[in-house]
Amino acid sequence: MVRRFESSLPPRIGANRWDLLAGGLVLAAIALFVVAGHQMRAPMAALDAAPISLEPDRLAGYALRTVVRMAVAMAVSLLFTLVVGTLAARNRRARSILLPLLDVLQSVPVLGYLSFTVVLFLTLFPDSVFGAELAAIFAIFTSQVWNMTFSFYQSLRTVPADLHDAARSLRLSPWQRFWHLDVPFATPGLVWNAMVSISGSWFFVVACEAIAVGAHTVQLPGIGSYVALAIEQRDLAAIGWALAVMLVVIGLTDLLIFGPLVAWSDQFRLGGSRTAVAPKSWMLNVWRRTRLLRNAGAALRRLVGRVTLGHASRRVDRTAAPRLIGGLAGLAYYASLAAIAAAAAWYALHFLTAFEAAEWLHVFALGALTLVRVLVVTALAMLVWVPVGVIIGLQPAWTTRVQPIVQFLAAIPVNLVFPLAVYAIVHLRLNPDIWLSPLIVLGAQWYILFNVIAGTSTIPQDLLEISRNLQVKGWLRWRSVLLPGVAPYAITGALTAWGGAWNATIVAEVVYWGDQRLVAHGLGAYIAVNTEAGDFARIALGVAVMCVYVVVFNRLMWRPLYDAAERRFRLD
Amino acid sequence: MDPNTAMPDEPLLQVSKLCKTFEKASGELLVLDDIDLNVRSGEIVGLLGRSGSGKSTLLRSIAGLLSPSSGTVHFQGQPIDGPAEGISLVFQSFALFPWLTVLENVSLGLRAMGVHGDEARRRSLAAIDLIGLDGFESAYPRELSGGMQQRVGFARALVVDPVLMLMDEPFSALDVLTAETLRTDFLDLWTEGRTQIRSVILVTHNIEEAVFLCDRIIVLAAHPGRVQADITIDLPHPRDRLSAPFSQAVEEVYAILTARPAATTRSAEPATARHIRHVSVNVMAGLLETMAAAPYHGRGDLPVVAHELQLELDELFSAAEGLQLLGLAELARGDIALTPAGLEYADAGTQQRKAIFRALALRNVALVAHILGVLQTRPQGRAPRVRFEAELEDHLSEQYARETLDTAIEWGRYAEVYEYDDDSQSLLLEQPETASAPAPPSPS
Repeated sequence: MVRRFESSLPPRIGANRWDLLAGGLVLAAIALFVVAGHQMRAPMAALDAAPISLEPDRLAGYALRTVVRMAVAMAVSLLFTLVVGTLAARNRRARSILLPLLDVLQSVPVLGYLSFTVVLFLTLFPDSVFGAELAAIFAIFTSQVWNMTFSFYQSLRTVPADLHDAARSLRLSPWQRFWHLDVPFATPGLVWNAMVSISGSWFFVVACEAIAVGAHTVQLPGIGSYVALAIEQRDLAAIGWALAVMLVVIGLTDLLIFGPLVAWSDQFRLGGSRTAVAPKSWMLNVWRRTRLLRNAGAALRRLVGRVTLGHASRRVDRTAAPRLIGGLAGLAYYASLAAIAAAAAWYALHFLTAFEAAEWLHVFALGALTLVRVLVVTALAMLVWVPVGVIIGLQPAWTTRVQPIVQFLAAIPVNLVFPLAVYAIVHLRLNPDIWLSPLIVLGAQWYILFNVIAGTSTIPQDLLEISRNLQVKGWLRWRSVLLPGVAPYAITGALTAWGGAWNATIVAEVVYWGDQRLVAHGLGAYIAVNTEAGDFARIALGVAVMCVYVVVFNRLMWRPLYDAAERRFRLD
Repeated sequence: MDPNTAMPDEPLLQVSKLCKTFEKASGELLVLDDIDLNVRSGEIVGLLGRSGSGKSTLLRSIAGLLSPSSGTVHFQGQPIDGPAEGISLVFQSFALFPWLTVLENVSLGLRAMGVHGDEARRRSLAAIDLIGLDGFESAYPRELSGGMQQRVGFARALVVDPVLMLMDEPFSALDVLTAETLRTDFLDLWTEGRTQIRSVILVTHNIEEAVFLCDRIIVLAAHPGRVQADITIDLPHPRDRLSAPFSQAVEEVYAILTARPAATTRSAEPATARHIRHVSVNVMAGLLETMAAAPYHGRGDLPVVAHELQLELDELFSAAEGLQLLGLAELARGDIALTPAGLEYADAGTQQRKAIFRALALRNVALVAHILGVLQTRPQGRAPRVRFEAELEDHLSEQYARETLDTAIEWGRYAEVYEYDDDSQSLLLEQPETASAPAPPSPS
């Protein structure tokens, strides 16, 4: 075990053979960031000088650039999560505004952010790749951050009261409590959500890297731009290469980063919820066998320990805050909040009233069309993946093997199946309004499968055994044991899939293969088409209407459904 | 047995006029009402009371984890307004950090105080040694049994050299044997004066444990928590549970707990809105059967019965009070005696029992009769749960209203006075058996 108390003997500094392996990996990662960082600061002209090429041997370099972008976005997401999640959990006033705000922000489609921020970043850094890089990283960030923040917030709100009291009575300062109680407790959930987020950002990587907003068209070197070019030039071989490289990259991230992280974070689970079979990671064992790196790690940990613990900021933790001051501050806070909200509303109204009522009706009608599409495909995905998930979940041996596969399937960018969709629809003379719909759940459907597999493994063995003992079989078994057992999980999965599906409508309602373009009628297509045209007022209108649909249905449909499932089918 | 040097007369801890209210959606809930308590050097003080007596709230106020709504707590002459140096806490749930080893758990408090490196290690190892955990320094809590985990909890509390040690039911999550070993070990540390601790406050709902460990027992009455009695236990340690003075002390505490609170506190409420503590029909029936059978023959000593049935204080008293409310038993001075109806119930079969219960519930439990009355006036014979809950909340806190109604529903269902539908959250009149009877079993 690595987490031994610092021994009083001086540590042996020398390297061993495991250091060679792990050290090589660390050096490579550092070199990668240095090179990529250098290229990010290149002048804009450098992009035109070296346009994206479909040569397969360029793919490794592109993949690394994409990985660096995702890593930077992940670091920013983590920082955002720690700060905003903590604010929302700890401060009642901040919570009252942050939670609804986060709820709306997560329902804004990734491309919605891109259209607005790209102009900003390009103006901030004209003539440099840096602006475009920032825009891409920001878009990737918006595809990663929300579920991580919600997970962290949720963890902070559920830290066991006794542990919290113990930390306070040991007189840990708030800063110490944060690092020694809150963060460790939230770590398993955060690691899991980071994995899901990485899949999500692969799904949108094409849109984020090959930026086409009105007059601004930038193709940043990366897998996403490669795929975009391959589609434009109808190069099936290139699509195949891109898919293969993605498979390798995702596999490597899983092996080198997430595998060790999941195994390492298992120690932060509380007794009861610890997974029955502790996750293992070959790579984590390598890390643990290294000597030089481990000593470096221990030194780093001591340093972190100093920062997080050393300075017992002598600020004593008081139980009561003076009421009057608190009250006045609250008043000022809410007053300024109301002022900001009023200003924003006035501005938005000003912006949106430019449209005729007919345009509004038209966009809401398109929204209704997309709503029907999303609901139907989510329901169909449930119909397929709930039974499959239950069957897989009942076989513990399969469960662990299926997970990385599903993780990979969820990461496949929707653009990669465009050739297939266009070919099928054109040759079979299908109606795009109906047959483009499956693309909407392409990435999102896997969340249902994920959750149902997880849910099935929580059905108590006792219940399964008694139903076998009573000879409960066939449909009766599904109806009375299996489906109720996974209901809360299936609904959570469906809710996630639903959110993902809305997000995907923008990239899935308009598909193209070379110069062939298929457009379905819907809100996603409306936003996508106006993004290409650079009509910002209409993009805003479309995004606003989409937010309304998502938020309203979350409140009116999913929340009650979820609560009902929790109440009726909870197993504890 | 006083492990300390002579101290000035000033008490170590002074709680004066302490009140604590919690804000609830339906208003304020008074949990502690005007508590006065002094703890002197050299004593173990037990806080004994049933759930709802606010004993944990009082302990957390002393620990500086909760701030009182009014009143003060002084420790060594200083007012407490946050976790104070010199006060340690031991938890019922152990509250260990699962991601830290035993040694790291124990040293965390030291490191938070700014004690680092070898000094922290030396002191932590000493505390681990003292509590008998040597050899487990590098283990994680999940590798340890409950008893060992609680030893880590003790070591963590001891390592910072506390003057006052607060314990929140530290033995109640352990099995009987482990708890007894840990109690004795702690008592040895205390009587031999091997720690800096000058006083201990122990929250418990186990009467025997309180008499075994404490020099003084503060009995708290429930809703709201008030000091009901302050009993000095003047027996030398180690105490013999089988000795006559020990049993006498236990009897005395039981007698205080069964004394009916002055009726004046309740007179404002109508009979239909009186708080009923939740107790399941099964537990009541079990207690009745035991009381009716051999050694007791209808009358017994509560401590003896509690010991035989292995019932927690709360369960025992809730069951006994339930029986008393229904008219199946009488409580007085630590004794319980079955009424003729109680004896008849114990002898009867299932259906007859229900009939007896039904008659008694309708006669003696005003709320059950009231619910039936309301349902009979409704054309559909159905009324939503909230209707009754709102009515109860005029007189009781939200929590007590819910508990009271839940109990009335359970009793009424058992007695087949009315039914309850959880999906629609409504009460309805008992329906005659419908066609939903299960299919007859097929012959095998």
